[in-house]
Amino acid sequence: MPSVVQLVNGSPYLLQGNEAIARGALEAGVQYCAAYPGTPSTEILTTLAGVARDAGLHAEWSSNEKVATEAALAAAYAGLRTISSMKNAGLNVAMDTLQHINLATLGDQHGAMLVVVADDPQSHASGDEEDTRWVAQMANAPLMEPSSFQEAYEMTKYLFDLSEEFQIFCWLRDYTRLAHARGKVTVGEYKKATRKAKFDRTKMFTPYIAPPKHAILVEKMAKIRERFEVSPFNSYEGPAKPELLIICSGSGAPCSRDAIEELKLGRKVGILKLGTLWPFPSRLVVSHMKKAKRVLVVEEVDPYVETHAKAAMADARLADAPEILGRGSGHISYVGENNPDRVIAALCKIFDITYSARTPEYQAKVEEVLGKMVASRGLTWCPGCPHRASFYAIKNAIKRDGRNAVVTSDIGCYTMDAFPDGPQVTNVLHCMGGGLGEGCGFGQLQQFGFEQPVISICGDSTFFHASITPLVNALYNKSNMVAVILDNSITAMTGFQPHAGSGRTATQESTETVSAEALCRTLGCRVEVVDAFDTKAATAKLMELMKDEQGVKVLILRRKCELLRMRQEKTHPYKVWVDAEKCKGDKCGFCYRILQCPGVAYDKQSGKARIQEALCAHCGLCADLCPNKAIVKEERA
Amino acid sequence: MAISADPLNLIICGVGGQGNILLSGMVGGAYLKKGCFSTIGETFGAAQRGGAVFSSVRISKKREYGPLMPEGKAHLILGLEPLETLRMVQKYANPGTVCISNVYPVVPAGVSANREDYPDMDELKQAVSTLCKKVWFVDATSIALDLKAPIAMNIVMVGALLGTGQLTLTVDDIKAELRDNLPPDRLELNYEALARGMKAVS
Repeated sequence: MPSVVQLVNGSPYLLQGNEAIARGALEAGVQYCAAYPGTPSTEILTTLAGVARDAGLHAEWSSNEKVATEAALAAAYAGLRTISSMKNAGLNVAMDTLQHINLATLGDQHGAMLVVVADDPQSHASGDEEDTRWVAQMANAPLMEPSSFQEAYEMTKYLFDLSEEFQIFCWLRDYTRLAHARGKVTVGEYKKATRKAKFDRTKMFTPYIAPPKHAILVEKMAKIRERFEVSPFNSYEGPAKPELLIICSGSGAPCSRDAIEELKLGRKVGILKLGTLWPFPSRLVVSHMKKAKRVLVVEEVDPYVETHAKAAMADARLADAPEILGRGSGHISYVGENNPDRVIAALCKIFDITYSARTPEYQAKVEEVLGKMVASRGLTWCPGCPHRASFYAIKNAIKRDGRNAVVTSDIGCYTMDAFPDGPQVTNVLHCMGGGLGEGCGFGQLQQFGFEQPVISICGDSTFFHASITPLVNALYNKSNMVAVILDNSITAMTGFQPHAGSGRTATQESTETVSAEALCRTLGCRVEVVDAFDTKAATAKLMELMKDEQGVKVLILRRKCELLRMRQEKTHPYKVWVDAEKCKGDKCGFCYRILQCPGVAYDKQSGKARIQEALCAHCGLCADLCPNKAIVKEERA
Repeated sequence: MAISADPLNLIICGVGGQGNILLSGMVGGAYLKKGCFSTIGETFGAAQRGGAVFSSVRISKKREYGPLMPEGKAHLILGLEPLETLRMVQKYANPGTVCISNVYPVVPAGVSANREDYPDMDELKQAVSTLCKKVWFVDATSIALDLKAPIAMNIVMVGALLGTGQLTLTVDDIKAELRDNLPPDRLELNYEALARGMKAVS
């Protein structure tokens, strides 16, 4: 595939939703791009960083989403077009800044800013199913949601122009089934942006004093509402007088089309696809709702459009108002992502149709033939992952310490500790920086009789993202805790993005390496660093730090992410095999049941452990820990 | 005879690290170049290895379909890992579905830990054969290992896919995708993997 700047004007390409957004931003003249990695938003910045040199961009992985947004905002103040992209949870971090921007405005007819927030309905890679569309309304930002790859590209371009015209930031809602899906995009002309950055010293940008600025913003939003009432991004398809009108946004549109086709309801059901979601095009929606007896709203995740459609209907005071179905009526679940099947089910209920994708006979055969054959495949750490060793050491230390230590953890690959196939050492797990923040609290309960040690876990990227502030708080407020930093040298879970401690930037330039340990020492913490694979030393050190009652102690368990190491070194460190004579099989099961490494499995035929050659990283961890010394690691020649 | 359905619904499944995403992109990309709409829905989250990954690929000359096909509506399932093939058959197959699957298991954690059983390979093959119209099993991993390139297993499988004649794509279509997606010094090996995959089903 040619790079995203090499695509030819007028030609169709198979682009990922995130790539379509990146291409749209480039065509719109974006010059400054900042983000923190987060599934499913990551590839927007990855794509832009990949062409930064050719396109003359600044592209950075910021320490967190708030910093990314502020950095992008500054560049907009200096007259550039800027983008800040993040996942749903990242928005929560950036929100304090976003809430102010449009009151303060971006300036005088130069500079533009697009914020892309990628939601993750179904929580494929998130802690919740947060629907961020409500928040665009709170921040008074024009919000659009694409329902195709082409729209993702076109809306991105449109929103940069709208931002520049009204001097407020605009908001594009991205989501998993767009971000991490691919489809056809016909691109336009790309020209390298050449704006110079300059700031007018006579200007001041601040929300203070808010009420008069708020009044100006309300006026702007009223003007934008009029645009949105007639926007070509909203469109109707179907019969002139539908029995049922589906109002949908985002992935609701393709899912509804597929469901209507599957049930052959094309003559009865029409689709009003909304692309402009805030300000809400109420008159347009009412004009379509008038034509139908019933309305079904298909969106994800919350009833956002549904709520606005109901409000618009109340305002319109129609004599013969249609019934509005969706979440509220129980036709569509509040939980989970859109798919054709859930729209099919809703339509079947509305039209009283019986539908089954497969005949009952075939369905029965599927159940009979497959029975319990389909074993589960849960998420677990990769073979060779340092976190497996770290959590083994943490679990052992807690057990040997014997005082029921409380473990607060954080977001990264190590989150998988808490999953069904993980060792489940974690007690509390919420969000980025939450591990150390909650540790602050647990560590200050002594006056209430609390005697358990506190272990607060974060990763290296998470440390720089949101864990430094709680660490400072812990020191200041005399919290007793051991902060464990699992340092694998990269933001691994989202696909190996560098961070402040990696020594290189998003565009692969070398840079200052910020040392987590030096920072912690400077703050006044006792800091210990141990190789994560040295589980004996890690266990002993953690026990020692737990016994050291006073203050904040930091234990850095360090080892490079195995996938990253393999990419760089391209060879396994050892050759590992099982000595079948020494292996006690299921009487022991340490390697596959306790350590739970997918690289070694119980072999039914021999009744012993066996290396899984397709998976094993030959890291030697199981060989180091095997109670029977039945796993051998041999240095590679 | 190639499948004539429009939309054409393909499932490509496997586990993380097997090259599922590259494969769905090549198939979707090849159809796009023939003037079709291609939509690919992918389920992957963490960069982590060994998790279940699947792509729903939808091809049409009429319009752009959504990235997820309705359940029970797959015309073809291409499985890079046999247990994942089974999982997709369970959800997406119907009596008209054709299936092409690798036979080399990647054992999941629950099986490694002896909490669950990996299905017996003969029973697995029998089950897929019972539920699908036509089935090809390919030892693609062994072929790739024989080429000293286990990473090329996915290309062996796309070769097998071409060899079955179920799609209207030609070898040249896929070779063009390989040229678009791989560095030049990897092409010869991958052309060979393609040829070996085709031969395996002939």
